[in-house]
Amino acid sequence: MSKQSGFRQDAANHIIIFFHYMAQYIKTKMAYRADFFIYVFSDLLQQSVNLVFILVIFTKVPAIKGWTRDQILFIYGFFLIPFGLYSGFLNHLFDVPEKYVLEGELDRVLLRPLNAWFQVVVETMNPELLIGTLTGIVIMVYSGNAMGLVPTWWDFPLTLVLVFGATMIYAGVYTFLASLGFWTEGNMGLMPMVYNLSNYGRYPMTIYRGPVRFILTWVLPFAFAGFYPAAILMHRYEYIGYALLTPVIGILSFVFAYRFWVAGIRRYRGTGS
Amino acid sequence: MPDHDLPGRSRPVGFGNRFLLYLELVRMEFVNNLAYRSSYFTGIFNYTIQIGAYFFLWDAIYSGRRAIGGLNKEEMITYVIVAWVARSFYFSNLDRRVAVEIRDGKIALELIRPYSYQMVKYARASGEAFFRILFFAVPAGTAIYFIRPFGLPPDWQAGLLFLLAVTGGFVINSQISMIAGFCAFFTQSTSGIFRAKRVIMDLFSGLLLPISFYPGWARDIIKLFPFQTVSYMPNLIYLGKITGGAVLHVILLQLFWVAFLGLVSVLFWRFAVKHVVIQGG
Repeated sequence: MSKQSGFRQDAANHIIIFFHYMAQYIKTKMAYRADFFIYVFSDLLQQSVNLVFILVIFTKVPAIKGWTRDQILFIYGFFLIPFGLYSGFLNHLFDVPEKYVLEGELDRVLLRPLNAWFQVVVETMNPELLIGTLTGIVIMVYSGNAMGLVPTWWDFPLTLVLVFGATMIYAGVYTFLASLGFWTEGNMGLMPMVYNLSNYGRYPMTIYRGPVRFILTWVLPFAFAGFYPAAILMHRYEYIGYALLTPVIGILSFVFAYRFWVAGIRRYRGTGS
Repeated sequence: MPDHDLPGRSRPVGFGNRFLLYLELVRMEFVNNLAYRSSYFTGIFNYTIQIGAYFFLWDAIYSGRRAIGGLNKEEMITYVIVAWVARSFYFSNLDRRVAVEIRDGKIALELIRPYSYQMVKYARASGEAFFRILFFAVPAGTAIYFIRPFGLPPDWQAGLLFLLAVTGGFVINSQISMIAGFCAFFTQSTSGIFRAKRVIMDLFSGLLLPISFYPGWARDIIKLFPFQTVSYMPNLIYLGKITGGAVLHVILLQLFWVAFLGLVSVLFWRFAVKHVVIQGG
């Protein structure tokens, strides 16, 4: 078998196994149906907190540093799309240091002939949280309409590319933080901090001071997971340079983080029990 | 406190002994938490980042404006900082702990013990709260003060009354958590309920934005619930926006809610214990 078809076979296997995991997941969730729906509903409720915040504020002021209600909503809407993807599939990279490294769950994962990162992701996914993505689309369409935005044909493929890039940023940052667990042997409490910082991306960068803006752009690039791509999608072309960097930054951060992850796996020696 | 002071198995448990028992639990929880003080250290950074997000936001919202919802910019920034620092004190994982004990069936063992389950939980929560004041709220407040000085209470009386009101807020928040925790008697996964509770607390306690920002109809609804006595009202006392007799009104309102929620949780507890299904294991 050539190398090419070997890769194809491998990718096909991963996709098939993904759907198997998905089927199992749905079965376990459907065992406690009411709880499942309460959980999904509470997730919607959680997204509504920021929505309520924005709506209430704009009953008191017409604009925030020149940004109107609809523009702020549009940014939040875009922010929710990659955020929903992150919540659905990558949120539990949180668990890696404790559950997989410290408690040794990774032993089981590494024994199987499947990519370890992939296994961790499908074992801990919560695909119902993709509902956040849906909320985001609704908010974007609503606010885009309200501000009289007329989408051009390239806005649609562009959105896909930008969402992909933004999701890769989450994947990169959290894979990196999860991999730190291989060295620190345990959680350092960094993840909640970064999680809180990621929420900065849902507002225009112009409200932040220089150093904060720098960090959000070049260090923990959450500005690319919200504001910059959203700005170009609402045709604020002064941010086009940043916006087009989104997929580049996304791919770079994930590739870098994944290498770090692989180095961590090599280092991993199990718990010895 | 030496062990022999604890109520023995055969002796009837008097009120005094019981009080000492709960006091001992407060102390124990405090000491327990000391072992984990480093984890609170990262909590301080966490809160600083959270507060930072709202600082920038409010700073931008107020740019070029004098007062919104009865607060000027400096007052608003003080409000946000005080609200979060106070939260670092009154917040507890009571709901989660209660839920875990119910789900694991440990609650069965608690039911046969000669003390009130709820009082034990409150005592432990108080011990944690004392710990949180010393190792979380005070250092966080001090650190933030150095980064961005914020307003202090207008006089020492206001400061003292604020502490009193926040303590009331702590009790009410704990009671709400307890009731939320009891939901575990009736549902397998409580994470959804806890999240819903958090959303309600964030929005209607006044943590994220002062209740005075809401439109009139929303304020009228919020008034019917205990939430705004947890954060909004204590914060206004801190700012000197509620003074004199109005403070007494807040304290009385809190006492009312403490009694009301206490009654609800006792009734809920009795109902639940009668219908309890202990998870087999």
